[in-house]
Amino acid sequence: MTLARQKKPLHEVGARIHSFHGGLRLRHHKKISCGDPVEQPPLPELLSVPLTQHAGNAAAPLVSAGETVLKGQPIGRCQPCAQIHSPVSGVVEAIEDRPMTHPSGKMGPCVVIRPDGREQWTGLKPISDWKTASPESLIMQMQDCGLAGLGGAVFPTHRKARDGRDRRIHTLVLNGAECEPWISCDEMLMREQPDKIVLGARILRRALGASRVVIAIEDQMGAVEAALSHAAECAECQNISVVKVPKIYPEGGERQLIQVLTGLEVPLGGRPSQLGMLCQNVATAAAVADAVVEGKPLIERYITVTGHGISHPRNFRALVGTSFSHLVELCGGYTKDVARLVVGGPMMGFPVASDASPVVKASNCVLALTADDISDSQVEMPCIRCGECARVCPASLLPQQLFLQVRNELWNQAAEWGLAACIECGCCDVVCPSHIPLVEWFRFGKGERRKLAMEAEASELARKRFENREARLARLKLERAEKMQRRKQMLKDKASQQDRIQASIERARSRAARQAASTGKGPGDDA
Amino acid sequence: MTRSFPTSGAPHVAPQTNVARVMLQVLLALVPGVLTYAWFFGPGVLVQIALAIFFALLFEAVMLRWRGRELKPFINDYSAVLTAVLFALCIPPLAPWWISCVAMLFAMVFAKHLYGGLGQNVFNPAMVGYVVVLISFPQAMTAWMPPLSLSEIDLGLGAILATIFTGQVPVEGSWDAVTQATPLDLLKTGIESGRLVPELRASPVFGYFGGKGWEWVAGGYALGGFYLLYQRVISWQVPTAVILSVIVLSLPAWLIDPANNPDPLQHVFSGAILLTAFYIATDPVSGCVSNRGRLVFGAGVGLLTLVIRRWGGYPDGAAFAVLLMNMAAPLIDRYTRPRMYGE
Ligand code: SF4
Ligand code: SF4
Repeated sequence: MTLARQKKPLHEVGARIHSFHGGLRLRHHKKISCGDPVEQPPLPELLSVPLTQHAGNAAAPLVSAGETVLKGQPIGRCQPCAQIHSPVSGVVEAIEDRPMTHPSGKMGPCVVIRPDGREQWTGLKPISDWKTASPESLIMQMQDCGLAGLGGAVFPTHRKARDGRDRRIHTLVLNGAECEPWISCDEMLMREQPDKIVLGARILRRALGASRVVIAIEDQMGAVEAALSHAAECAECQNISVVKVPKIYPEGGERQLIQVLTGLEVPLGGRPSQLGMLCQNVATAAAVADAVVEGKPLIERYITVTGHGISHPRNFRALVGTSFSHLVELCGGYTKDVARLVVGGPMMGFPVASDASPVVKASNCVLALTADDISDSQVEMPCIRCGECARVCPASLLPQQLFLQVRNELWNQAAEWGLAACIECGCCDVVCPSHIPLVEWFRFGKGERRKLAMEAEASELARKRFENREARLARLKLERAEKMQRRKQMLKDKASQQDRIQASIERARSRAARQAASTGKGPGDDA
Repeated sequence: MTRSFPTSGAPHVAPQTNVARVMLQVLLALVPGVLTYAWFFGPGVLVQIALAIFFALLFEAVMLRWRGRELKPFINDYSAVLTAVLFALCIPPLAPWWISCVAMLFAMVFAKHLYGGLGQNVFNPAMVGYVVVLISFPQAMTAWMPPLSLSEIDLGLGAILATIFTGQVPVEGSWDAVTQATPLDLLKTGIESGRLVPELRASPVFGYFGGKGWEWVAGGYALGGFYLLYQRVISWQVPTAVILSVIVLSLPAWLIDPANNPDPLQHVFSGAILLTAFYIATDPVSGCVSNRGRLVFGAGVGLLTLVIRRWGGYPDGAAFAVLLMNMAAPLIDRYTRPRMYGE
């Protein structure tokens, strides 16, 4: 990475729109869920709040069954990740394994709460004077309020913010370019709450020590642009600009968005903060405003319920823990040919086996697809090396080669050809005429490599341990041998000393004898 | 009420195309070239195409059965049909029927299925089949007809069929009456015997830039090629590299000594250069994967074709050039990996 690449003058971020390699123009299907204003659904009977919601470990529960909780009260704590709060006031019915709405598809511990309908808040601690508060206190507030990236990655906001601060970033990029088809929750949020987003951006900017904010939106969002620009007209809103980017999937991906705004590439395995930038979703910015100005923890989010499998698609402001079935019912239920339920967008979302799964901080969309949308009855053919996959790959990889390497378990080669750089966007998969599930192979390959790396580490550890033991034994042996040697030497020395004493005695004697002889007297003749 | 759903990995989007569609697009692109061919040289080429398709599908089916593969998806993918058509366009329209049989045997069995079937072949099957019969049966493979406009005898479809199936031309004078040296033959033997290019070009078998009739066929191929480029079925790198390398490499020789060297356009429009550039060297399976690799591959095909035309034992060298570059493709791939994002 050259210095010139890192030190891009900050006024240039978003000044000119660049392009990225590959990508797809997809039909967006966004309008159909944008017709109704966003409403809060009526309280469900039960809420199930998973304790694993962020990248990282499961949170430890702070409550137990039978306990009464207040709205916004912390119910799960997890050190490096963010807190989890009760979305309602009510009674904890149980803490048990339930669907978690997680890409793994596994069940996991959830706090099941029966709301009492009073919606009684716990004591909130807003920071009303955020303009003078220390950046560290703002970051602490984000942690206490359980903020995490709402674009889908759910990386804890406070950790990202600390990293950005440490690296002295100059520009905060707010990502409003949701490039996946169907999802419209960010667009609705930007339309309805532009002031809150701008406020959150200013708070984040202060917490990060950044000087500029760039809000990136898609070029078809005319109404959104007007709303945001208007909101950003306040006296303290200098250096907040709204930039329109062309709608090409996966432009909303952090790395692609950075490339579009600056022409720079985030170094392989690195983070945007290395280029002096930090990305946050627009919804995260709004949550920051709520958390700091009102002290409200993150317990609800905008979510799109849509797809050809939904009778009346729309957006909700749903509490975390609300089951998808509750939301779908409010949309008039499923259409009769619904075939698959996906959380997130069609390109990168994950399927869920049941609509009993709850809304979590990461869920931006519930997508019900029909057999026509997915048509997975197509037969898989061998790769004909047509290169379509490489043409659309935004990471400039050669998916056809990676596929062969992963299938033949040539891990070193796969690493060299960039398996780790694959962002799993699915572009290659969609265009492949042979219908090879490329992304699934790449996910599998990454998992295997992680496993192998772990095993290698373990065996390295074992080897080290073995070597240490061997070395210890060898040292002991050596020490013993040395000790023996010393002992022997000592004994020998002792023996020779005695010899010496004996010899000197002898010498003395003979000397005396000689003297006696010369004086004509024997030793005993003195008397 | 909750409801459960079957799950399957992302992306959850219907695929945009399929192998059969891609192959069909290539076949469709060949239509103008084939029709022009039949227009100038009679319906023999259509008979050859039908024969080659028949044998190709036959061997494909036998091999699939033998390898225990499902028949339907592979027979329906049109890849064997495409191989057959490309081969049939390379042989003389009056070649005997067993030429197709032998060539498709080698193409399907040896070049394709013994390497592992669709997508696994190292060499272009059509070119393997062509080269095998070209080397084994030089006489049958060089009996070319002049364009109808230059021919004294107009063979009807019946006579053509009889020729192909019996190996005997049912007219007086037999083979000599219906065949004639191709423009490329004339050039090669002419230049080798010391005659000058302008003098040779005065022969009626030459047209504006290439052989009479042939240049139009080549134009038909190019037309289809542009359709494929437009549809993004093939990438621009290979055809551009083939054509440009032929032009750039033959230009200096022609400028220095036009009496002994054909001009660049003559090279491009005669023989199999345009067919190769758009349809054969672009075969993805046996070619290179990256864009830079494809440029190198195409340039190699152009260069080797010229070398063989000039110094080799055959008037046209495109088939050999493609096979040689097929061999080099893995090596080229190794050295032309694109720079990945952030690297
Ligand atoms: S798109 Fe599919 S068939 Fe084409 S090269 Fe890539 S993996 Fe192979
Ligand atoms: S899924 Fe990976 S390999 Fe495929 S296009 Fe996206 S980044 Fe490239």
